[in-house]
Amino acid sequence: MSDAIRASFAVGLAVAAYGISFGALSVASGLDVWQTCVLSLLMFSGGSQFALVGVLASGGVAAGGAAIASAALLGTRNGLYALRVAPFIGGPWPKKVLAAHWTIDETTAVSTAQPTLEGQRAGFWWTGVIIYVGWNLTTLAGALIGDLLGDVSQYGLDAAAAAAFLGLLWPRLKQLQPVVVAIGAAVVAAVLTPALPAGIPVLVAAAVAVIVGLANWFGTKESDRFEAEPDPMGEK
Amino acid sequence: MTVWQIIILASIAVLALKLVGYLVPPSIVERPTPARVANLLTVALLSALIVVQTLGAGQGVVLDARVPAIIVAAGLFALRVPFIVVVAAAAATAALIRFIW
Repeated sequence: MSDAIRASFAVGLAVAAYGISFGALSVASGLDVWQTCVLSLLMFSGGSQFALVGVLASGGVAAGGAAIASAALLGTRNGLYALRVAPFIGGPWPKKVLAAHWTIDETTAVSTAQPTLEGQRAGFWWTGVIIYVGWNLTTLAGALIGDLLGDVSQYGLDAAAAAAFLGLLWPRLKQLQPVVVAIGAAVVAAVLTPALPAGIPVLVAAAVAVIVGLANWFGTKESDRFEAEPDPMGEK
Repeated sequence: MTVWQIIILASIAVLALKLVGYLVPPSIVERPTPARVANLLTVALLSALIVVQTLGAGQGVVLDARVPAIIVAAGLFALRVPFIVVVAAAAATAALIRFIW
């Protein structure tokens, strides 16, 4: 039990800190401080949030549909995480909806790593509450900083957005199959960006994953294991 | 669509996907193929977003200070430097190059 809580704090505090970069980048993308904070409160899924503001930054509200689709596609893995944690998260529906809201990479990774049912529950809820509170507070801090900075390209915040995506991607590149998909998707996005409206190239690039995944090209036995990434910073 | 509508709709979509996992019997979805596609989907989208963030300029592609910045970031991630430090270093790299130019 105490092991689970210790793991929750270790992962939770580290991850919550990168809400700062989200908050700053979101404001840089044209959202105001309120919109940025509501997004962290309601969506609460780092990858999807970065994607949404990233597409809005390049295409504005005209790319709204593509922004929503990108955020949703990046959120599909959360549905599979939910399958993993649902067996040990019981209780009435309001509790399940809260659990669903908090079903992200980190809560899944910490809870499924615990050997006992008690530890799994403690790991899930402690990680959830630490990250939820921390992510939203650091989002607010980042948004206020971004608001003060003003002209963002002068400070390199646009480059920071690309680096943030790279940080989320990095721990997932441990096998050949995801590396091939990453390269293929990058090429597709680069080629299509001048040709299609903002946001659409990213969605088309997602097709690379579907094709390679269904055909299981470059696959190994290991690539069929569905692992939650505990920690996008690679500190563990 | 307004920004608020985009935020609300996208948040509902993301929560709905999470809820699906609590509603669907695990045997239906927990097969290798959907799990593999979902994993790769994350990889493809992040990779495409990196390219668009690094090269995109409206509806076009340019090489500017963001390119060396992302190379610096890749080197630091390879050295297992913490996320927040790498993001700050990438921003500093781009800012420095723009300042010198």
